[in-house]
Amino acid sequence: MVKSKSAYSTPTKTGKLDTHIFVVWVDNETGVLARVVGLFSGRGYNIESLAVAEVDHKKNLSRVTIVTTGTPEVIEQIALQLRKLVPVHKVANFKRENKNVIFKEMALLKVVGSQIKIKKALNTCKKFNPVILDKTNKSVVIQITALRREIDIMSKNLKPLGLVSVSRTGAVAMTRGAETFN
Amino acid sequence: MSKLYSGAEIVFKCLEDQDVEFIFGYPGGAVLPIYDELKNHPSIKHILVRHEQGAGHAAEGYARSSGKPGVVLVTSGPGATNVVTALTDAYMDSVPLVCISGQVPTHLIGTDAFQECDTTGITRPCTKHNWLVKDINDLPRVMHEAFKVATTGRPGPVLVDIPKDVQFAKAKYFKPKKEKKLNGKILNGFNQKDINQLINLMSGASKPVFYTGGGVINSGPKASELLRELVSLTGFPITSTLQGLGAYPGDDNQFLGMLGMHGTYEANNAMHDCDLLINIGARFDDRITGKIDEFSPKSKKVHIDIDPSSINKIVKVDLSIVGDVGDVILSIIKTLKNKNLNLEKSNKQKISRWWQQIQKWRTKESLNFINSDTIIKPQHAVQRLYELTKNQDTYITTEVGQHQMWAAQHYKFKKPNRWMTSGGLGTMGYGLPAAVGVQIAHPNKLVIDIAGEASILMTMQEISTAVQYNLPIKIFILNNQYMGMVRQWQELLHEKNYSESYSKALPDFVKLAEAYGCVGIRAKNPNELDEKIKVMINTDRPVIFDCQVDQDENCFPMIPSGKPHNQMLLGPKDQEANKITGKGKELV
Repeated sequence: MVKSKSAYSTPTKTGKLDTHIFVVWVDNETGVLARVVGLFSGRGYNIESLAVAEVDHKKNLSRVTIVTTGTPEVIEQIALQLRKLVPVHKVANFKRENKNVIFKEMALLKVVGSQIKIKKALNTCKKFNPVILDKTNKSVVIQITALRREIDIMSKNLKPLGLVSVSRTGAVAMTRGAETFN
Repeated sequence: MSKLYSGAEIVFKCLEDQDVEFIFGYPGGAVLPIYDELKNHPSIKHILVRHEQGAGHAAEGYARSSGKPGVVLVTSGPGATNVVTALTDAYMDSVPLVCISGQVPTHLIGTDAFQECDTTGITRPCTKHNWLVKDINDLPRVMHEAFKVATTGRPGPVLVDIPKDVQFAKAKYFKPKKEKKLNGKILNGFNQKDINQLINLMSGASKPVFYTGGGVINSGPKASELLRELVSLTGFPITSTLQGLGAYPGDDNQFLGMLGMHGTYEANNAMHDCDLLINIGARFDDRITGKIDEFSPKSKKVHIDIDPSSINKIVKVDLSIVGDVGDVILSIIKTLKNKNLNLEKSNKQKISRWWQQIQKWRTKESLNFINSDTIIKPQHAVQRLYELTKNQDTYITTEVGQHQMWAAQHYKFKKPNRWMTSGGLGTMGYGLPAAVGVQIAHPNKLVIDIAGEASILMTMQEISTAVQYNLPIKIFILNNQYMGMVRQWQELLHEKNYSESYSKALPDFVKLAEAYGCVGIRAKNPNELDEKIKVMINTDRPVIFDCQVDQDENCFPMIPSGKPHNQMLLGPKDQEANKITGKGKELV
């Protein structure tokens, strides 16, 4: 092994990466999203998708949903660091495999092509409750809601059928049953 | 209807209600309304610095030596960007600062106006929180919240950016609300079960060690007293981080000295071999742990900290206690006494072999150096400075580099808040402005900045501030003409390629002192050192002391990169001794 010339330690082996979904309640104020996102970029954490909107106008609360990957240590750090931000009220985090939580993402898909191809495309989407938002002789805009992975697969499958544009919201999450996050 | 106040008035009313006595600042276009208001508030004194970075470090020195938040006032644009280094420094070392910055009028924000910058954007990652106050009605609340955020939980810097039109606008003022809970950010989440578990571990341990840090200092002087009680009650050895020095008396027999990269042999070996490691208010910094995989491999680890995100960040611990360390220590002491475990006696037998081992390590005398009677050794200079100042209450600041480590190794602190140094960020140029702030907080005490000649030139201009306010700070420069720590690393790891670490054109520090209107003293050999240090101490004006030391001296002991605690590099004396035994073995 080459002798290290650095005053810093060398990286040690990293653990297994898990995909987690963070749900963060924040005050809806200027710059709050930059604080959350800046925390991720500044500390080298990963953001796979991000969805944010105000959910309580009266209390001025927004709900941010972030999909990220990291080792268990990193995931724990993300939660603790998020809780330190002043405008953050609460933080929940779930493993993607968690069966008690619903994860959904919406996508708009534009397919351009012959009627046959469009029909095939709609058929391919069948499983995910496709809604046709716009239709012409040559094109269709389809809305589907599904898991992130499923939308990934759909995008791939629709490519040969004339998919020209994809717009996705990023995942949002909610618990099953009567409980809410705490 | 209650009276309306201008934004500038509200700023001062708030500072008054927060009992602020000093602000460190520099005027400019976007803060002129606040400066205009200064004259109406005689209880608040403004200290005019020479550069905004100096204002920030001075406020840090003030805060660390007094336990009160430091307040900084700067203008927009360059004023704000200049203070970024100090804010980052305060963030890394958990120093409570409230920085108020001017901003261009709200209607000009985003237009690249003169002296405009995105201050809240730039300072977002280096403050605990910051605010851009666009509505005058928010100002009183934001100002009070700023002080709250800066001083509660793990302390740190905050910034309030106030556009010029908001400083002119008028609104009602209200006093700070008492004890408003901040989103549950004030955490004392520990319970008796945790304490009991810790005490179980303590009574079962045969090789325990306390590892304490700046959190003890930040918790207030009471925490340091409690720490002393706990340490004597348990009979355990204690080591401290750079920032924690002074929380426990440096000359006490249970104190092993500082640990880490330039820590003592006994402290680092104790950390490596212990079976119970109790971290109180420290954060497993990489200069402390060395190689993480081999860090204290055989120990149960306990971490007591106010910041939950510090726990398990670097080192996985077996027991974590989240809370103000002062409260936690008090709780431990109470429980120990209630249980009447008589740990002092029972422990002493149990850990006596551990102490024997520690005594063996101590015989290495790892801080030793080969002294000279022709040339001043830097370690010798710090030792003499200590001997000649130890009988008065002395405050020490430092810059960053070899001199900082020598100061930490050879100056023994007996009380908390007497040691101000830039640990986390390692900011060269910290010490002089910090000394200004310390002297402001303690006008009748001896304040010394142990400096290097390279560091001092980074914020030299602040000596002018010291002269303006008659602050008799002493700048004790260990002048080796090199960026010593850089040179040391180049010597040890880059085949003595001393790339750009030598300063070819240094100023004459004695003449420089005179030019600034303070006193210059130079010492060139060991014979004159004591006499000259005494002259420095007895001069009631700012002094620049040019102590010309050995150019080639290295700072030992040290843990080389990527090595665990028990593989330290010792000083020349020991290296010499080892060589002989090595040859001796060959003969056999």
